[in-house]
Amino acid sequence: MKRNVLPGLPLSLGVTLFYVGLIVVLPLAALAFKAASLGPSDYWAIISSPRAVASYRVTVLCALGATVFNLVFGLALAWVLTRYRFPGWRFVDAMVDLPFALPTAVAGISLTALFASNGWFGSVLADFGIKVAYTPLGIMVAMAFTSLPFIVRTVQPVLEDLDPALEEAAQSLGGSDWTIFRKVILPLLTPAILAGLSLSFARSLGEFGAIIFIAGNQPMSTEITALLVFIRLEEYDYQAAAAIASVLLITAFVMLAVTNILQARALRYTVRS
Amino acid sequence: MSAIRTGRKPPRVGDNPLFRGLLIGIVLIVGAILVLAPLILIGFQAFSDGWRVYASTLVHPDTRHAILLTVITALIAVPINTIFGIAAAWAITKFDFPGRRFLLVLIEIPFSISPIVAGVAYLFVYGLQGLFGPVLDTYEIKILFALPGIILASMFVTAPFVARELIPLMQAQGRDLEEAATSLGASGWRTFLTVTLPNIKWALLYGVVLCNARVMGEFGAVSVVSGNIRGQTNTLPLHIELLYHDYQAAGAFASASILAILAVITIIAKVALERQGAGRVPRPALVTQVAVASETKP
Repeated sequence: MKRNVLPGLPLSLGVTLFYVGLIVVLPLAALAFKAASLGPSDYWAIISSPRAVASYRVTVLCALGATVFNLVFGLALAWVLTRYRFPGWRFVDAMVDLPFALPTAVAGISLTALFASNGWFGSVLADFGIKVAYTPLGIMVAMAFTSLPFIVRTVQPVLEDLDPALEEAAQSLGGSDWTIFRKVILPLLTPAILAGLSLSFARSLGEFGAIIFIAGNQPMSTEITALLVFIRLEEYDYQAAAAIASVLLITAFVMLAVTNILQARALRYTVRS
Repeated sequence: MSAIRTGRKPPRVGDNPLFRGLLIGIVLIVGAILVLAPLILIGFQAFSDGWRVYASTLVHPDTRHAILLTVITALIAVPINTIFGIAAAWAITKFDFPGRRFLLVLIEIPFSISPIVAGVAYLFVYGLQGLFGPVLDTYEIKILFALPGIILASMFVTAPFVARELIPLMQAQGRDLEEAATSLGASGWRTFLTVTLPNIKWALLYGVVLCNARVMGEFGAVSVVSGNIRGQTNTLPLHIELLYHDYQAAGAFASASILAILAVITIIAKVALERQGAGRVPRPALVTQVAVASETKP
């Protein structure tokens, strides 16, 4: 290996390590330290309390629902944006990023107003006896909104780079469109879809701003875990806040590891093909 | 392959006009309901009590203070974040050192952590219950429930934003140009400013725009560390929540309209920068894989 002649390693690495240490590592270590100082039995008692467990259930189930919705809708959106050209597709493509650009609190009050029983959509749905705002369905809508871009933006580039020859070969062998999609295109998209799914799911698990307005926030039924942490803080119950926050932190690390493994596989796939 | 092709391209999968029209229709309708409607509704609701209420909300001292606090936070957090992003990208892409991959993981951690967890974590560093709380209290230095806490929490949630735009690009560009400049006698700074910067300026600006949007709109993390003191530590998103819970819906939406306009400007800037080539380097959703990819390359 040849010697590196470039200057600036001490300065750039120093700035990086200082910043990461102070801004990222120190606070997370402090949180872990606080949670660990509880002792196993107290820690377990807090994180396995019925109200905490109910909050995990709501959060995970709603995140699953939102992710499944985004899988179907995100895939359809990515397909439409790469395969078809129609008036205004550039606008649609740009609007996909709105959920990332719009502050979560703004999205939260806006979705609530839309889906409340007197809102544009809520009033129509109420005629069919469907309540969205202040129910788990509302939490799902908020989660689906904030994590929509993930699957679209991970699938889109792979779909764009797909070699038409693969489809042509399958067509020449007499495959129907649906068979070709299932047997040829979908397997090629799968690594990207899985990476997008895990990002989308992780984001939904941690989302706060967009959800608290629409959720209703009833303990045991529509209270998400992030809100429970916030409530414990407002009650000055710092130990409980630390313990439940550490559960969210561990979940985030697990999701990060899962995403990394999925992406490593996706990358190996693209390099090979 | 292209030699066989004559004139008209064969129809690709999903080109059946009926299927095509149906799929476009469904996607547009669902997209309009889920994404476009919230944006349009903000405009309607903001003016629901007339433009007088709208104007009076915007000139109210509390709103003006919230806007000022949000802008000050961005003016401090975004440049510091940008310097960090450039330093991190330079260190990671121009040098080989052990632990490069681990460093990438650390940089990207805030991306997957709940903003509430971030806020709580800062509480246990600078709060009275935290590591430095008692010391800071003795010297009467206020970090939490004040501007420094808001800035720190904002820097946490946006730590990866600039770095993750620069790292894939600078990795792809390699080190040859910088090595040539240095061997011809250019100093490190000169090499960076005249060789590297022109190649990364659009991606850098892209990262800065996204970072700014997130800083100005951050709610969860700031909500924990700010203390929500009206007219003192309320940023614009927190001000919106306060008005909303005070049953001043029109006022809340009027304040929200400022952030909605910011979001639209951000998207327009994003599209413009993408036309300049920013954000086009093929990259994984998590930059951690960039280093892995380069390491495994034969």
